[in-house]
Amino acid sequence: MAPAKTTAMKYTPVIGLEVHVELKTMSKMFCRCSADYFGKEPNTHTCPVCLGLPGALPVANAKAIEWCIMIALSLNCEINLLSKFDRKNYFYPDLAKGYQISQYDLPFGKNGSIELKSGKKIRIRRVHMEEDTAKLTHGQLGDQNSELSAKGGSAPSGKSQNNEKVSLIDFNRSGVPLVEIVTEPDFSEAGEVKEYLQKLQQIVRYLDVSNADMEKGDMRLEPNISLQVTRNTPHEGKNVSPVTSHELPSYKVEVKNINSFRFVEKAINFEVKRQEDILEKGQSPVQETRGWSEIKNQTVSQRLKEEANDYRYFPEPDIPPIRHTKEQISTLLSRMPELPDAKYSRFLREFSLNDYDTEILTREKSLADFFEEAVRVGKDHSVTPKQIANTLINKKVDPSSSEPASIVKQIVQSGQVTSIKEEELEKIVTDVLESNQKAVGDYKSGKETAIMFLVGQVMRQFTTKIDASVVKETIKRRLS
Amino acid sequence: MKIDITHIAKLANLTLSKEEKERFSKQLDDTLTTIQQLNEVNTDNIEITSQVTGLENVLDDDIPQPSLQQKDALANAKSTKNGLFVVKAILEE
Amino acid sequence: MDLNGLTLTEAKEGLLSKQFSSSELTKACLKRIKATDEKLHAFVTLTEAHALEDARHADELLSEGQDLPLLGIPFVIKDNFSTKGIQTTASSNVLRGYIPPFDATVVAKLKAAGMVMLGKTNMDAFAHGSSTETSDFGTTKNPWNTEFLPGGSSGGTAASVAADQTIAGIGSETAGSIRQPAGWCGIVGLKPTYGRVSRYGVVTMASSTDSPGPMTKRVEDSALVLNVLAGKDPHDGTSSPKPTKDYAANLKKSIKGKKIGISSKYLEGVEGDVVKAFNEAKKTFEKLGATVVDIASLGVDILDPKYSIGVYTILQRAEVSSNLARFDGIRFGQTRDAFGEEAKRRIMLGTYTLSAGYYDAYYKKALKVRTIIVSEFHKMFEKVDAFIAPTSPSTALPLGSSKNHPMFGEMADVLVEPSSIAGLPGINVPAGFSSKNLPIGLQIMGPQFAEDIILNLAHEFETNTEWHLQKPQL
Repeated sequence: MAPAKTTAMKYTPVIGLEVHVELKTMSKMFCRCSADYFGKEPNTHTCPVCLGLPGALPVANAKAIEWCIMIALSLNCEINLLSKFDRKNYFYPDLAKGYQISQYDLPFGKNGSIELKSGKKIRIRRVHMEEDTAKLTHGQLGDQNSELSAKGGSAPSGKSQNNEKVSLIDFNRSGVPLVEIVTEPDFSEAGEVKEYLQKLQQIVRYLDVSNADMEKGDMRLEPNISLQVTRNTPHEGKNVSPVTSHELPSYKVEVKNINSFRFVEKAINFEVKRQEDILEKGQSPVQETRGWSEIKNQTVSQRLKEEANDYRYFPEPDIPPIRHTKEQISTLLSRMPELPDAKYSRFLREFSLNDYDTEILTREKSLADFFEEAVRVGKDHSVTPKQIANTLINKKVDPSSSEPASIVKQIVQSGQVTSIKEEELEKIVTDVLESNQKAVGDYKSGKETAIMFLVGQVMRQFTTKIDASVVKETIKRRLS
Repeated sequence: MKIDITHIAKLANLTLSKEEKERFSKQLDDTLTTIQQLNEVNTDNIEITSQVTGLENVLDDDIPQPSLQQKDALANAKSTKNGLFVVKAILEE
Repeated sequence: MDLNGLTLTEAKEGLLSKQFSSSELTKACLKRIKATDEKLHAFVTLTEAHALEDARHADELLSEGQDLPLLGIPFVIKDNFSTKGIQTTASSNVLRGYIPPFDATVVAKLKAAGMVMLGKTNMDAFAHGSSTETSDFGTTKNPWNTEFLPGGSSGGTAASVAADQTIAGIGSETAGSIRQPAGWCGIVGLKPTYGRVSRYGVVTMASSTDSPGPMTKRVEDSALVLNVLAGKDPHDGTSSPKPTKDYAANLKKSIKGKKIGISSKYLEGVEGDVVKAFNEAKKTFEKLGATVVDIASLGVDILDPKYSIGVYTILQRAEVSSNLARFDGIRFGQTRDAFGEEAKRRIMLGTYTLSAGYYDAYYKKALKVRTIIVSEFHKMFEKVDAFIAPTSPSTALPLGSSKNHPMFGEMADVLVEPSSIAGLPGINVPAGFSSKNLPIGLQIMGPQFAEDIILNLAHEFETNTEWHLQKPQL
């Protein structure tokens, strides 16, 4: 046997993610209390159902289910045509009924995927529907402003006679619809997670089913992180390739309830380092739930009072199962708005924009719609899509406080609509052909498509939109 | 079979006295023995029935209805403060 | 006879023909309650002032010529039905002092139909039992003999109706809780098809079998009350959208040619007096032109009802463990320490059978056997119109019988459990008396939503027997 010290270890992070997205339905998931709870007087959006009073029964919100399925479809999930709700049983003061109505073995969506820019696929394990809990804050009984104090019970002490520490509950949020999206552990670094999250946020905003406002807690993030160890064990004295073994992590560390993309990145990076240090010492990290502390800038173990974790799921007897037909799902699919990826490809294709511009214009649906409308108006005034894109991006136009027609008018008035001077084009074409000999060679040897690359290179040199067909003709002429 | 009565009580959020634990342990054992007779019934290839109504898709439209007044929502609570329900502090890190 | 002794049908006629007022009727009931309830202890909460106010209001409407289905009729309501502004305890200390901010749908419908509520009746705490002995407010006594139990869990309503403290009452059944106390107290108790009557606002016991229903002095009374209660409730997703019927319309139809099933499996371990009464009942039906036939001879095989005990125990305890989780003393009621012995025991068993590693062996197994029971009944009702059996293997048992017997209720309810698990309707009608002069009940069960059929059979049986005419001497 080779001595242990010659063993080189490599650690590959294995990261999965659970995201809760709060839907922006008018009413709650299982009762018709208004779901618009943010900033409202406490306990003014409650009823027997969301307070969990004896005998109250849930009736599911059709719109929320439709939206959950739309999210699942946009993540390329299969839809369970027969689905149902289940009870997840656990005790916590913010959980009115002592169980959360969720979904167990028949989630609305399963086996989806989302593609990152690198082409890497992140598999989506499931997309299911559930209900939110009440909001807990911490303070002291005698403190008049205790309900305003931040989490952690850090209210100043000694200001009143009664310093008993208490938790305060507002049930306005109890029962607001949540969609939980669970990935397979397919991420290997924090950057990928961040890109995934941005994409997810973009999708739910495109679908117009959630504000996905991080500040308001519309998206709650829970990464689980472990490290896979790869051992390279060189054989003593022999010149053969090392034996490589992959050991699946025997533990998983979950970091709960993070409410910003930045903190998720930080938490993951911190965890990777922390776990690496433990593994280096020959120990194994503990399977546990941790939280992200903004103050300490690190993850901290959540020493919950020794908690039994057995949710005792069983089918919710109060809600009949939900069945969809294939036709209903395809109708829903056809009614869905164009999603970010599709819009991105179309913009590239249809408006001959570069990646950078397209990226910015399609980031939010409102801007993309604004752009398209401006292009339509601009056509009649010889204003090109590129000119509109430039204006929208450079001037950071806010689509909610501006009109597409007035943007077009601005462009016309600023006199940007010019035709290119022939000498200028000829000069640039010469430069481009000289510095792209390979493409020139390809074209000459019969690769027709190479010319489009050259056209693109030429067009990049212009700040204003020029006619691609003119450029193409010029290049063709020069190479013939 | 042996029931871990302390674990079950914890899951059930019940505080049981030593006597209760002993008594329930025995009674639960007896009850489980009685219901073991279900194993005499062959259920191979039988689907489950969790609801007998045969109903499906009983859903409601997303139209908000009035909620309870705050005072009515709080009326049955032992302890409230500034419109909120009060419980003993839940310790969090 | 005093007014409180009237049946619902008689009281309604008297009110409409102005023979007496609702106030007089209500006062007669209140007087009877005062005279007898110290002995019986049928009530948790008496709402005398409300009742008199409601009666005055009903009298006004009556004088205006209004004709609401239950206008001015005194009712007692089991204490697990939420009543807005009136304490609702489900006979448990956990809910002592709880005042719901809303009415159960059943209560709302009865109010809209004009009833006068006399009070809330005692029951087994959280409906956990068949004796009222698990009540945290004391045990109700059987009016026929106060040394005996009234049955349960709707024992308070049953005793109250039997003792003429009220004109009619409301109970709820998860498995037997209407039929069994009706049987032991000698009254009519109708458990409708699961989903026929809304569960909204009824303190939940087992969500998948809870069925509210009427408890009355006559079959026709139950039909009239069901006319008010039945129907789809938007607040209860498991309530049925199937159209309701006029359940009183066909009560008097001839039952000639009806096919009624029986099974020897429902007579095993049943007391001699009860078997005797059951055999008499068979003859009565045959005399009326119905065919009574052993389902085995029709090639219909059914599981021994004893297996239903296992199925029911598992399902009900599991659902109970979850349904009672909301009682944490934060938003309402007392802390979990206030649960009685029976509730704790049920929560423990349910928690155990749902816990990791045991779900398949218990809960899932029970749901599968339930499938068998449902399909057997389905096959049976392709061959027969209804199925009859004794309601309970015995007549009322002495006080104290349920103590230290964790499965007392299940044993007492063995003959009603299969139909409850399958969600079928069933009705108890008085069918005799034992040698101890305690009432014997007969139950008639039918296919889903066949309340009209079993009411018809029950009514014809009632009309041709005289058991229902006897009154307890208090």
